[in-house]
Amino acid sequence: MRVSMTVNGEEITREIEGRLLLVHFLRDHLSLTGTHWGCDTSNCGTCVVWLDGEPVKSCTVLAAMAGGHEVRTVEGLERDGELDPVQQGFMECHGLQCGFCTPGMLMTARALLDRNPSPSEAEIREAISGQICRCTGYATIVRSVRWAAAREAADSETTGSMS
Amino acid sequence: MQVPAPVEYERATSVDHAIGLLERLGSSARIIAGGHSLLPMMKLRLAGPEYLIDINDLHGELGYIRIEPGRVRIGAMTRHRELLESDELAEAFPIFRDAERVIADPVVRNRGTLGGSLCQADPSEDLSAVCTTLGASCVIRGRDGERVVTMEQFHRGPYETAVGDAEMLVEIRVPVRPGGSSAYEKVERRAGDWAIVSAGAAVWMEGDVIADARVGLAAVGPNTTGIPGVSEAVRGRRPSEELYQRAGDLAARNCRPATDMRGSADYKRHLAEELTKRALRRSVARINERV
Repeated sequence: MRVSMTVNGEEITREIEGRLLLVHFLRDHLSLTGTHWGCDTSNCGTCVVWLDGEPVKSCTVLAAMAGGHEVRTVEGLERDGELDPVQQGFMECHGLQCGFCTPGMLMTARALLDRNPSPSEAEIREAISGQICRCTGYATIVRSVRWAAAREAADSETTGSMS
Repeated sequence: MQVPAPVEYERATSVDHAIGLLERLGSSARIIAGGHSLLPMMKLRLAGPEYLIDINDLHGELGYIRIEPGRVRIGAMTRHRELLESDELAEAFPIFRDAERVIADPVVRNRGTLGGSLCQADPSEDLSAVCTTLGASCVIRGRDGERVVTMEQFHRGPYETAVGDAEMLVEIRVPVRPGGSSAYEKVERRAGDWAIVSAGAAVWMEGDVIADARVGLAAVGPNTTGIPGVSEAVRGRRPSEELYQRAGDLAARNCRPATDMRGSADYKRHLAEELTKRALRRSVARINERV
């Protein structure tokens, strides 16, 4: 079957099997290997991408179901060569060790900050509770998200005072 | 790598269209909503539909929470996150928010739906226990119109429902009575897991006396289980620890847990007793807080 969708702002069309999962479509058909493929059972969350702006586990969504919709992956986080503040936060605060869970963590964190620019530690932990970091680096992941929130708050203050 | 077996994909543009496709394709077709029960079943070859009918485009038609006098109507495509975040629903039935907080995780809750959860008919499924507790009814639509069944009629055994080949679940109706509140208590092995056992309770008070109460249990029988004996035992009585204990004893005696990897039958029976007490206690406390 033929499927068309927008991935990171780009219109794409491919011929696929109905059973193809979104995670494999992104990785194997579009070579967007930033999205990781982990547990296969919607537990680990490393495959999280956005579907119409909502984080979803792409191992449990058919590529066909994303047809006509907007998908955003970790590759779509940076803008004009500049890393998203959550990506910078993960660098600044050692938010990744082996890096396997990172793409899912980044996508969930970005979605959280878009809805709630100043989340508490508990809110961050709740937001990433569908994701597993087997390096158990949760403390630094939470710190990274807080760093990004603080950075964005500072940036918007600067922008606000300039305008 | 776990992937579903080959399957044809169709997308429904309306409920009538979905029913038309189901009629044409017969028992080889399954409806897919959030997909978070069906796709894992397909990966494990526990479900093997030849056709999937995607109804996600029907969220506009089937995704709603309508608070009406005397009842709440919830569309089958209403997603977990919408159930969790609805203040109106939490006001009418706090049991929904209690349960949603412990269903899977926030990302899964972005996709999974009420209708899909009920149609999965897993004996451990939380929203089935909630709907059993609240005496909800299920609206099933086919070509010739709608029929309404109780939760007891809807679930026909593990992973089996009353929904026919050319029918779909479109709405859940929950009766509203004044003076009530509700609560959900769950014990699981780890956050977001299926229940080892969970208990829902709904209580209605008149003055300082319990006018009616209902208890629903998950994971202690072939489907979620109502415990009608509890209603009889507490009706017309004042809430007390002794009364909760009696209700707990009744729940433990009248359920049929099986020993499995989540726990022994004895442990589950203990949980049925304890969680029934907690859910009743919390429901009554919520009514008292409001007064």
